[in-house]
Amino acid sequence: MKNSRLSIAFATVLLMATVASQPMSAALADTTLLNVSYDPTRELYKDFNAAFAAKWKADTGETVTIQTSHGGSGKQARAVIDGLDADVVTLALESDISAIVSATKKINPDWRTKYPHNSAPYTSTIVFLVRKGNPKGIKDWGDLIKDGVEVITPNPKTSGGARWNYLAAWAWANGQFGGDEAKIKEYIATLFQHVPVLDTGARGSTTTFAQRELGDVLLAWENEAYLSLDEFGADKFDIVVPPQSILAEPPVAIVDANVDAKGTRKAAEAYLQYLYSEEGQTLAAKHFYRPSEPKLVSADLLKKLPELKLVTIDDPIFGGWAKAQPYHFGDGGTFDQIYKPKQ
Amino acid sequence: MTPFRFKRPSIIPGFGMTLGFTLAYLALIVLIPLAGLVWRSAALGWEGFFNVAIDPRTVNAMKISFGTSFIAALVNVVFGVIVAWVLVRYRFPGRRIIDAIVDLPFALPTAVAGIALTALYAKNGWIGKWLEPLGIKVAFTPLGIVIALIFIGLPFVVRTVQPVMEEIRKEVEEAAATLGATRFQTITRVLLPGLQPAILTGFALAFARAVGEYGSVIFIAGNLPYVSEIAPLLIVIRLEEFDYAGATAIATIMLSISFLMLLVINLIQAWSRRRYGYGT
Repeated sequence: MKNSRLSIAFATVLLMATVASQPMSAALADTTLLNVSYDPTRELYKDFNAAFAAKWKADTGETVTIQTSHGGSGKQARAVIDGLDADVVTLALESDISAIVSATKKINPDWRTKYPHNSAPYTSTIVFLVRKGNPKGIKDWGDLIKDGVEVITPNPKTSGGARWNYLAAWAWANGQFGGDEAKIKEYIATLFQHVPVLDTGARGSTTTFAQRELGDVLLAWENEAYLSLDEFGADKFDIVVPPQSILAEPPVAIVDANVDAKGTRKAAEAYLQYLYSEEGQTLAAKHFYRPSEPKLVSADLLKKLPELKLVTIDDPIFGGWAKAQPYHFGDGGTFDQIYKPKQ
Repeated sequence: MTPFRFKRPSIIPGFGMTLGFTLAYLALIVLIPLAGLVWRSAALGWEGFFNVAIDPRTVNAMKISFGTSFIAALVNVVFGVIVAWVLVRYRFPGRRIIDAIVDLPFALPTAVAGIALTALYAKNGWIGKWLEPLGIKVAFTPLGIVIALIFIGLPFVVRTVQPVMEEIRKEVEEAAATLGATRFQTITRVLLPGLQPAILTGFALAFARAVGEYGSVIFIAGNLPYVSEIAPLLIVIRLEEFDYAGATAIATIMLSISFLMLLVINLIQAWSRRRYGYGT
């Protein structure tokens, strides 16, 4: 009696397991590309996708549909690692693509050499967004730690953009204190004592600054800063470009294993290559990214992106992402060390 | 103690199939994911796990998470019982609408709740602008976390207490009155003991829900390490570092603490049932 009871129980378990393991059949439509990107590229890729689809139709007669997924750069990389079927990734940080390379081998390790300029079709930098008229007189990184100045930046642990903010501040302090690391850390520690809120992403910080009216200065992507002017009105904020900042190179890559499995390599490669064309570069500049081939873009569009001294991540101060990432943002890295919250 | 009666067949048919279904379902939905969690955190080894557990940042985040959840659940117990009382005992126009409003925090995506609360309580918000001059800061402080957790936890208390309250007959209170009990005595010695198991369940649900809450808190907390950083955020931070083992270690610790607390609440409930003889 008892045994038959339990065997029915067992059979039910088995039955449910069998049902669950049946493969789901899915029908494939015509060529669809999935571009997994980070947060602030929403507007850029909306325009770029339409332009590429038109061009692809004209060149090959095929219809291509491009979907883009946006989110924090690290989260997006994890989604691809965990199996999101991306054809191309266009992320905020080289280290996020490297993470996909080392975790899954879905991207060939030589991806950085596949496209010009270290596979970064556009670059950006970090600027200050301040209240109209710049009442606190913020001009340079040193002004951020003046008394009474509140700084808004997302958490470098969760936001790719915030890492560039952090490194830009670090680079400035490095020049200021002649490479004395103790003094650099002291500056960064003081800077973060001026930060009342650490949002998890760049858009969150923009909201905190623009809508909650918290803080005197927002450390922002150059393109986010211009977007905020469009969004919330140019009469509310000013953009201050510091004399020195950092060169952020958001890289792009083909997810080799996925495009080979789906047979979309040709379209995916053309898609990324198109970013380097005149149209692609012009669209990037229109959305306030710095085109990596500025000669393809009209001088009019470039006017808004002023010249400034830009430090790169490959500068000896940082020694590339592979070194800078664990050193500054790993568990127990400089960000964890300097963080002493207000008591 | 009644003897363990697994071997005696039940009169109700279908035991084998329903037990099988239950086991398969629980395994699929609860046990396999949780086992995966513990498995992943085991990659750290005992020492690594221990280091995560005693890391001051982890300890602080745990204190904030469990502390704010506890306070929020307590507040919800007090006001949730009052809300349930009003809904059960009085008939007034709009009662059904209020009854429906109670469920809204269940339905609203928590991120929306977080953004709405932050907009209200920020220094330029409708409520925040009145509190700010008084020196009370809600948004971007631990107090903000408590507010968000009260919001998401309220329906749990109301919905567990309400049906039990409906079961208590007015005659019981009237009998207490005729036997010379004051109104206060009626509440403390007649009504509350009967409601206690339901209140405890409501507390446990609201508390457990609050401990795991991420979506709404993240917008209102300010997320400063050691001040307003909740444990679930710390897990997300570990994931951003691609440190799956560290993230699951924190999750396992949270899970263990939650399990212990729920167990204690269950024991208190069992004890109070025996003591008051309700619910058996």
